[in-house]
Amino acid sequence: MSSGAQARAGGMYLVRRALMACAWLALLACPVRAEVEVEILYLEHQRAQPPTLSNLDAPPSDDGLQGARLGIADNATTGQFLKQNYALREVIVTPENDFLARAKQALAEKAAPFIIVNAPAQDVLALADLPETKDALIFNAGAPDTRLRQNDCRANVLHTLPSRAMLADALMQFLTKKRWTNIMLIEGPGDGDKAFGAALRNSAEKFRASITADKSWTLKADMRRNAGAEVPALTQDADYDVVLVSDEAGDFGQYILYNTWLARPVAGSQGLMPLGWHRAVEQWGAVQLQNRFKEAAKRDMRARDYAAWAAVRSIGEAVARQNTGDPKAIVSYVKSPDFKLALFKGRALDYRSWNGQLRQPIPLVHTGALVALAPMEGFLHQTSDLDTLGIDGPETKCKMN
Amino acid sequence: MRLGFLCALALAIAASGPAHAHLLYVTNEKDDTVSIIDTKTLEVVDTISVGERPRGITLSKDKTKLYVCASDSDTVQVLDIKTNKVLHELPSGEDPEQFALHPDGRLLFIANEDDAVTTIVDTQTRTVVAQIDVGVEPEGMAVSPDGKWAITTSETTNMAHWIDVAERKLVHNSLVDQRPRHAEFDPDGKRLWISSEIGGTVTVFDVDSKKEIKKISFTLPGISQDRVQPVGIRLTRDGSLAFVALGPSNHVAVVDAKTYEIKDYLLVGRRVWHMVLTPEEDLLFTTNGVSGDVSVVDVKDLKVIKTIKVGRYPWGAEILPTN
Repeated sequence: MSSGAQARAGGMYLVRRALMACAWLALLACPVRAEVEVEILYLEHQRAQPPTLSNLDAPPSDDGLQGARLGIADNATTGQFLKQNYALREVIVTPENDFLARAKQALAEKAAPFIIVNAPAQDVLALADLPETKDALIFNAGAPDTRLRQNDCRANVLHTLPSRAMLADALMQFLTKKRWTNIMLIEGPGDGDKAFGAALRNSAEKFRASITADKSWTLKADMRRNAGAEVPALTQDADYDVVLVSDEAGDFGQYILYNTWLARPVAGSQGLMPLGWHRAVEQWGAVQLQNRFKEAAKRDMRARDYAAWAAVRSIGEAVARQNTGDPKAIVSYVKSPDFKLALFKGRALDYRSWNGQLRQPIPLVHTGALVALAPMEGFLHQTSDLDTLGIDGPETKCKMN
Repeated sequence: MRLGFLCALALAIAASGPAHAHLLYVTNEKDDTVSIIDTKTLEVVDTISVGERPRGITLSKDKTKLYVCASDSDTVQVLDIKTNKVLHELPSGEDPEQFALHPDGRLLFIANEDDAVTTIVDTQTRTVVAQIDVGVEPEGMAVSPDGKWAITTSETTNMAHWIDVAERKLVHNSLVDQRPRHAEFDPDGKRLWISSEIGGTVTVFDVDSKKEIKKISFTLPGISQDRVQPVGIRLTRDGSLAFVALGPSNHVAVVDAKTYEIKDYLLVGRRVWHMVLTPEEDLLFTTNGVSGDVSVVDVKDLKVIKTIKVGRYPWGAEILPTN
């Protein structure tokens, strides 16, 4: 029966009100609602996977895309009762190809008022700065870079993927709660590793934890053979309650677990992980979303899938409530205080006015279970405790215009 | 404190006169069991095994059988109340969550959460009569007292779907606030109540015009608005009071069903889901998912008089009257 919904989602074009059809239908005294057709452009710049020591958990090639597709199916099921139709135009650029050129071409073929972008930060900025996207609503579902929510924010971009600052704050609140506040940090060599390492340092300062040992991962050995010898040596010259790793590509981080000199937990990019979404999230009715996703995608839902899904659902919610596909009306409603979205995280979510970031709780998980959901109890805020995660209003450096 | 509680309990019981010994059935979602509680002694008298993830539970019209949604077993089980054994199963569609029995006692309307359909099952022939496409994640299910309307709420589509029972057709959709979870008709069938868990509201519709007549919001001092998540609704037979379970705020709202004013908030167990009244309407029982217990509310005094430990994640509740 859900395949019927997917079929209904297909084959529709461009945001427009079918005015002619409406006038014609009015003569027949048929339903008052106009037909609304919404097309969402999904733009992805695939990332080259750096070589890793182990390929046990290679990321899927459709990370993000499957979430967008599920969002369209969900929107379409709702839309069938409101005479609103949804379609996804998928443009996927391989790592070696020019993202911006392909994006321009896609926009020249057909204007796109609603765009979901799953690409590195520099591509998101290049896309947002095109004259063609000036009045578009762009959802960043792929770049966790905090700078996109700070100095490099853009008025036409909302972020459904949590920033690294939000992830780091979520983890740090948990560590503070546990009183594991003496931290050994091991940072990898990648740009993302350095950015997440920086976010963890900031966050430690914010929540008054201390980084007692700050290390860079430089070992070149194959850890599948040598972890037992190398990691104890690396971790024996300091005292710490917890080891934080920053290894976004999953190169060495998993070899830190159980190999530390002291018997200590590991968290960060491996071990206990702060993530926008994970298969272990089952509370708040999330099992239904997980099942629906798994049936459609034949794999578990990941953070980028969730971010893309949340973006499509944001548009769907606005179209359903406003009963229009008019981009201006949708943009202003999504950004208004009236906008609320149920996203299986236990409460209504919306976007921060100062930088367009989706407010959201952050699950802290290990591979098999949800450990906690940040914000942790006791971290208070004058307006929303969700704003204890990431860049809060008073800290914003974002100038939207 | 404990002595005070016992005194209050003794007084409450004395004040309410002789309680009637009905049986309360509570489904324990994560134990795959049903707890049976004597409503006079307020003790668990039996625990029986059922299918996986039992949620909705309702009594047959002749009061000899209980229907139980075994969500993860993809079936509705029919329990013989004399033996507490499963007599047979009904075809239910995938992942049945809640259901409602038609006043004719024969047709069962089932919300199939994973499939975006409402399934109508004939309990006598044990066959599926119809399946009707509804929104994403159908959950709440109600049939009007006159048997004309069946309502399904869909949690992600945010609608109450009006199904014309005679035509077996969806004829109208009402948008409500985020994540509608439960539908309940007034005893006289004039109004329809819909709870929105994430929206934090209850919307009341006039059944004849299908128009919204009231949206009720809830504010509890000292409790974050995020935690005020309405789920179960129960009305007294005279239509004067509505009880609304407010989920993780751990309270039940008592609403004047005529003026829509909130008379009181009662502190119950953690994450309160659903409720049931005794036939005399002297006691209200609430299922508290996270704390794994049932709170007993004295309806006259609007006081919680006892907490009864049941299984893990109690969800649905139904009463078998003994008179």
